[in-house]
Amino acid sequence: MLNNNHADNHAGLGGLSGIGGLDSIYTELIAEHSRSVENKHHLSFPTVTQKGRNPSCGDEITLELQVEDGIIKDAAFTGVGCAISQASTSIMIDLIKGEKVEEAHRLADLFLQMIKGEITDDDELEDLDEALALKNISHMPARVKCAVLSWRTLLESI
Amino acid sequence: MSDKITGTKDYKKEFPLLQQKMHDRQIVYLDNGATTQKPESVIHAMCSYYGGCNANPHRGAYELSVRATDIYENARERVRRFINAKHSHEIIFTKNATESLNLIAYSYGMSNIGAGDEVVIAISEHHSNLVPWQQICRQKGAVLKYIYLEEDGNLSQEDIEAKITDRTKLVAVAQVSNVLGLVNPVKEIAARAHSVGAVMVVDGSQSVPHIRVDVQDMDADFFVFSGHKMLSPMGIGVLYGKEALLNEMPPFLMGGDMIDYVEEQETEFAPLPAKFEAGTQNVGGAAGLTAAIDYLEKVGFDYVEKVERELLAYALPKLKAMPYIELYGCDSTRDNKTGIITFNVKDVHPHDVATILDAQGVAIRAGHHCAQPLMKYLGQNATCRASFYFYNTREDVDRWLESLSKVRGVLGYAE
Repeated sequence: MLNNNHADNHAGLGGLSGIGGLDSIYTELIAEHSRSVENKHHLSFPTVTQKGRNPSCGDEITLELQVEDGIIKDAAFTGVGCAISQASTSIMIDLIKGEKVEEAHRLADLFLQMIKGEITDDDELEDLDEALALKNISHMPARVKCAVLSWRTLLESI
Repeated sequence: MSDKITGTKDYKKEFPLLQQKMHDRQIVYLDNGATTQKPESVIHAMCSYYGGCNANPHRGAYELSVRATDIYENARERVRRFINAKHSHEIIFTKNATESLNLIAYSYGMSNIGAGDEVVIAISEHHSNLVPWQQICRQKGAVLKYIYLEEDGNLSQEDIEAKITDRTKLVAVAQVSNVLGLVNPVKEIAARAHSVGAVMVVDGSQSVPHIRVDVQDMDADFFVFSGHKMLSPMGIGVLYGKEALLNEMPPFLMGGDMIDYVEEQETEFAPLPAKFEAGTQNVGGAAGLTAAIDYLEKVGFDYVEKVERELLAYALPKLKAMPYIELYGCDSTRDNKTGIITFNVKDVHPHDVATILDAQGVAIRAGHHCAQPLMKYLGQNATCRASFYFYNTREDVDRWLESLSKVRGVLGYAE
């Protein structure tokens, strides 16, 4: 259901066009990932478990990774939070599963640079794949912390 | 539908910020529990002070300083009359209710609470009336006890009786909960506290802007509030304390203006209220606070209460008819609900609700409301809160509910 379908990334849900700017935030992809439980579970054999919190809003996730020979064999998360934090976490897990730890690091750094508005060129951000759908959060200071929670947690864990 | 309640006045036009548009629509401001907007007269009072009278009070022997001192001390007397304190030197200016509560905790608490003593607060307290007591208790080896809630969100009468005992040294309760919006029986709790020899601290942050307060009648030993939640600028708050208690307490902050004589090795502190007001104070804020009290009393608390009640009566049945809305603290049968409505939209995180409402020009609060133990007690991670003030209208409620009805659709849930 959550295919890499860039064409859909910037398409809002029906009936949203009247609500200024929202269709660029709550895209179909973000909404689907926020409701998805595909990556939301415990791992049987996690080698790394890292908690992440946004004390100001109460978002709380626990990221579990199974790292073998420098490769993230499996990843999942549990916890509670808003649609943006949940979707961002789910997308991140899709992206880093099967990747080398160094590559996950690079992607997380890239994501944070995108959200901070330091890199805006879509070509440079291409490797972020579905996570590109969160690019518009860089214009919403109030929600930045929601989008970066899982990525910060990932950087703390590896 | 008329945008006003019959017989009411259009106060919005006296608030510059409420004239603004947000995301192309007239702003609907429903976060008055966090801070209120400021009328022209308050903004003007601040500007007049800085433009015409600014000088350091209590110091310079020149006309400007005398004027600044007058403005500052007149504000103290204005506050005394406003909350009916006995003496104006029982009014201490702080930066907000939080600082006032910290002053009590550090000065009175550190001197009077010891190992094995008990402090009683309500589970519904804001962190500002919780964390200071929790930390004092931890430092001193004292016990922090909680009054929990009845089914309808009101403080448990049984707990009030059972938790306040001969071991209790201090009871600290908000007059109105910032989440549930219910008026607590602080006068009765104060009587119970006094019957066991404890002192009573009342947090008036959510009551002073909305209902007439009389500190002598409720017999609070300490009473605190913030100016910014009642039309006044940010950075000015009040601590009221009974003279005898304040006289016995050591200073909280030390430095200039709170002393009589300073020697190399000792200091004689100034009498009240200067003893608790170290350093240059917020005179511009005090000028704004005076103007805010003048404005509020001109509007009148009868009017404020009437509008808030009518908005509640208008909004609640409509909210209850929305099957995906969960309400908290809205079932009290004691006729003690103020204009605070805490709610959740099924399946949707409060921050998403706030963002989606914001995009439609409606400002509400989302989060834990600085009341994490209460959130946990209610079994919620976070909630949304809409809070009214006398300038809000039925049209504001309509805009809020209309935007609320779109929230689930935005996230792809069925209506």
